[in-house]
Amino acid sequence: MAEYVIETPKGKWEIVCGLEIHCQIISKSKIFSGASTEFGDDANENVSFVDAGMPGMLPVLNKECVRQAVKTGLGLNAKINKYSVFSRKNYFYPDTPQNYQITQFEYPLVGEGEIFVDLKDGSTRRIGIERIHIEQDAAKSIHDLNPKKSYIDLNRAGVGLMEIVTKPDFRSPEEVGEFLKKLRSIVRYLGTCDGNMDEGSMRCDASISVRPLGSHELRPRAEVKNVNSVKFAMQAVEFEAKRQIELYENGETMQQQTRHFNQTDGSTKFLRLKEFSDDYRYFPEPDLPPLVLDDAFIEDVKKEMVELPDAKKARFVKDMGLTAYDASVLCENKETADFFEKAAKGHDAKKVANWMMGDFFAMLNAKRLPLEKSPVTPEMLGQLVDLITSNVINGKTAKDVFAIMAETGENPEKIVEEKGWKQVTDTGAIESLIDKILAANPDNVAAYKAGKVNLMGWFVGQVMKESKGTANPAMVNQILKQKLG
Amino acid sequence: MSISNETVEKIASLSKLKIDEGKLDETRNEFNKILDWMAQLDEVDTDGVEPLVSVNAQNLVCREDVVTDGNKKAEILANAPASEFGYFSVPKVVE
Amino acid sequence: MSELTKLTIAEALNGLKEKKFSAKELTEAYVHKMDENRRFNAYVSETPEIALKAAEIADKNYAAGTPRALEGIPLGIKDLFCTKGVRTTACSHIIDNFVPPYESTVTGHLFNAGAVCLGKLSMDEFAMGGSNENSCFGPVINPWSKDVPLVPGGSSGGSAAAVCAEMCAAATGTDTGGSIRQPAAFCGIVGVKPTYGRCSRYGIMAFASSLDQAGPMGKDVRDCAILLKIMAGYDEKDSTSARKEVPDFEKVLGQDIKGLKIGIPAEYRPEGLNKEIADAWDKATAILKARGAEIVDISLPHTKYALPVYYIIAPAEASSNLARYDGIRYGNRVDGAHVDDVYVNTRTQGFGKEVKRRIMIGTYVLSAGYYDAYYVKAQKVRRLIQNDFNEAFKRCDVILTPTSPTTAFPIGDKAMMENPLNMYLNDVFTVSVNLAGLPAMSLPIGLASNGLPLGMQLISRAFDEETMFKAAYALEQDAGFKRK
Repeated sequence: MAEYVIETPKGKWEIVCGLEIHCQIISKSKIFSGASTEFGDDANENVSFVDAGMPGMLPVLNKECVRQAVKTGLGLNAKINKYSVFSRKNYFYPDTPQNYQITQFEYPLVGEGEIFVDLKDGSTRRIGIERIHIEQDAAKSIHDLNPKKSYIDLNRAGVGLMEIVTKPDFRSPEEVGEFLKKLRSIVRYLGTCDGNMDEGSMRCDASISVRPLGSHELRPRAEVKNVNSVKFAMQAVEFEAKRQIELYENGETMQQQTRHFNQTDGSTKFLRLKEFSDDYRYFPEPDLPPLVLDDAFIEDVKKEMVELPDAKKARFVKDMGLTAYDASVLCENKETADFFEKAAKGHDAKKVANWMMGDFFAMLNAKRLPLEKSPVTPEMLGQLVDLITSNVINGKTAKDVFAIMAETGENPEKIVEEKGWKQVTDTGAIESLIDKILAANPDNVAAYKAGKVNLMGWFVGQVMKESKGTANPAMVNQILKQKLG
Repeated sequence: MSISNETVEKIASLSKLKIDEGKLDETRNEFNKILDWMAQLDEVDTDGVEPLVSVNAQNLVCREDVVTDGNKKAEILANAPASEFGYFSVPKVVE
Repeated sequence: MSELTKLTIAEALNGLKEKKFSAKELTEAYVHKMDENRRFNAYVSETPEIALKAAEIADKNYAAGTPRALEGIPLGIKDLFCTKGVRTTACSHIIDNFVPPYESTVTGHLFNAGAVCLGKLSMDEFAMGGSNENSCFGPVINPWSKDVPLVPGGSSGGSAAAVCAEMCAAATGTDTGGSIRQPAAFCGIVGVKPTYGRCSRYGIMAFASSLDQAGPMGKDVRDCAILLKIMAGYDEKDSTSARKEVPDFEKVLGQDIKGLKIGIPAEYRPEGLNKEIADAWDKATAILKARGAEIVDISLPHTKYALPVYYIIAPAEASSNLARYDGIRYGNRVDGAHVDDVYVNTRTQGFGKEVKRRIMIGTYVLSAGYYDAYYVKAQKVRRLIQNDFNEAFKRCDVILTPTSPTTAFPIGDKAMMENPLNMYLNDVFTVSVNLAGLPAMSLPIGLASNGLPLGMQLISRAFDEETMFKAAYALEQDAGFKRK
């Protein structure tokens, strides 16, 4: 494992970091009410009296939110707690209509689990998951419509959240970044959260502290809020670690505190000390009896589990002969992996992978197209690879064929047919082409025979040109060598 | 257990309440009287007793994931002391 | 036709079916009584127009021969139940302008059964109190008062007074620590607190969620049995409501109680118990015994701890339940420069003294460092209290106790005003039942020498209200209490 050490003239330091990630659960209705979770509707439209915290309103738990969290737990190899309890977290804030949040505290739905992250140097790190609990999301405050007022929109209030809490296992910004990518990939595979950090459906807070390298102490930590992209999370960890090291090296101390991440310059800003204001007075939610799951429910969820990125990657390497790197790129999201599997089915998987990682992704990038809008279907990509492996066209022609496929969406066989680009593999035909070139260039033939062997490339080029690129280059090479002795 | 004026003020602040001018001592004394009275629970041996969280021993019954509610903005906002443009309105919140 | 307001629900339903009078006449008689008895200050909102409209519909249904179970019966509703389109205030300034856009499940059941809504009844603010003096609309006067105005009890004081003074045929109440039973006892009526989970809490402004239960308050046992059947039932909108069939409680009335085991808990007869209360208890015991019931001495050893447990758990839950009253989404806002000022100003000015006291106690017992010492400890003792009852019910079927240690006391009583603990002691016989989630009811047994009614409490096993009703009916028959 590559050690990440922050070295200053005064000493060596190590980062200790844990994450709390809030994932919006994919469900049709909210976690405790029948209002829609739809995003982007008019203000306060997707709101029930329960979400608005009206007097006498009571929460009723949405089974799907439980199912999704259990599924996520299974995906993180975690312990599913058959007995869990909802609690109230009490604090006043305009985006919390009841002025308490219904969450889980002492008895979360999901216990310890793990995620493995792959690092650039080829090593793998295990990050422990402490717990996953489910809770209600807050409303949205709008601050920019009026200089003196804030406006509250309750549409998001009560959408189901999974809060995933990791162990303080991170030692570098890279691990944090790779973890977030991996987690995002897993929840997307599972369909439990759409993982869009820029839209806020996956939000991250990082608890960061530092310690002298080699020590095992735990120093006061800063909880940095609002690190809502992979890049920001990495920046926040790096900035905050350096800031704390500077404090300690200047002989200062740090108190446990909450800080805000500034997205424009990557810095963190002091918000408040962790003390009195955070006395949340948790107690068991008296409106909801304990949640007790039976084995049948959990078995049922298990049946819905899909192959996750790690397993898929391993299979691509083992059964399909891909390199670890190619496999992990193709497995990062399920759609790409599925596209690849479809394209590779019955064809040369390694070549299909090369084509996807090369011309295919480049084409999507250039056209700014998402995978599902690709003009080249997986079947077409497979056919193209087949045309190459069966020597119908050569690699160079294939690139031209692909370019046309990308423009027209046409079938590669048809393109080759129409363009007359079928590779010439008939020995007689190639021999006559070669004879023609040799006859027309007696001087070069003589020079070659006199020892100027690097003329071979020139001869090949001439033959290919004469064949309009359709001659099989390997055969041209071989026959030329025979003829030139 | 006796509590201080400072604690009373902290509790008031957590409760979003203000103690009336000059009533802090009185409130504290009253508080302490009640807490002293509650302290009689210390006599009870509760070792090994599971706290009673839910009085009827029934498990939580879940709802199916169906949209059955919403689209009643007018009713949601009807009782609001201040609302504008379909939002609830409050003095500027700065974090 | 002032005689109409004397009828019980059972009698009124008969009269309506037999067309002796119309629902409109019945409603008008009650509206007239409301006018006449306005001095008791029982109602905080009156809805005679709504009532008369409902009465017209009732008369049509009678004419068509399709009356519903409570067709045309005029009821008063405690102002804690949200009633769609009718102001609901919990008798608190903080929401004294709130008009719910929804109906509570319990009132919905009643109105769907044809009941007529006369208006909303006073109560202690957010149901916190035992005298109805904590209402932002002023105290309610007990109709039994003579020279000195007396409290009707609380928190459902408006409900008890209105039933007593015939300002409604019956009323709804809620009971968190005795709020139905104690006012019923003070006003000489019958009040039932069902098993926790029997009635849905949906649409009832929450005080202490793990203790609150709605129940009927009526002129006699039968009326309460009729009403409870309609009020009760599983509600998918309340996760704590019980998936249990609701029996026909009326059916058991008049059944023989021979051999029924009546438990008499020693701990409810502490030294210094008012002699008249003790005598009334003995009288009730004797009546049941004469009917063939078997009297069993039982023990509920943790009884003395019920009050402190209650005054930890109820305020803890209340401190959280009442956080939503912040002046943002509904209710009265007292403005301020910052959101936090809005919270503090709104709540400090909007809540009354007792409510603020309990919010602060509740906040304290849940706060970091005190949670285990107070809240968790209380939940543990709560379990012991429930265990006491489980043990007792192995030896008896119903428990008989007094409802309250005193009769109705004067409004503004000095001892009560000066020390909140004195007021809390009123609940000494009633809170255990809420902590254990059991059903209990109070019914009048007679008058004390001061001319005021005395109430007896019957407690039965969870979801066995039938046995309780059966015993209560027998007791009622032989007690010979005369309604005011």
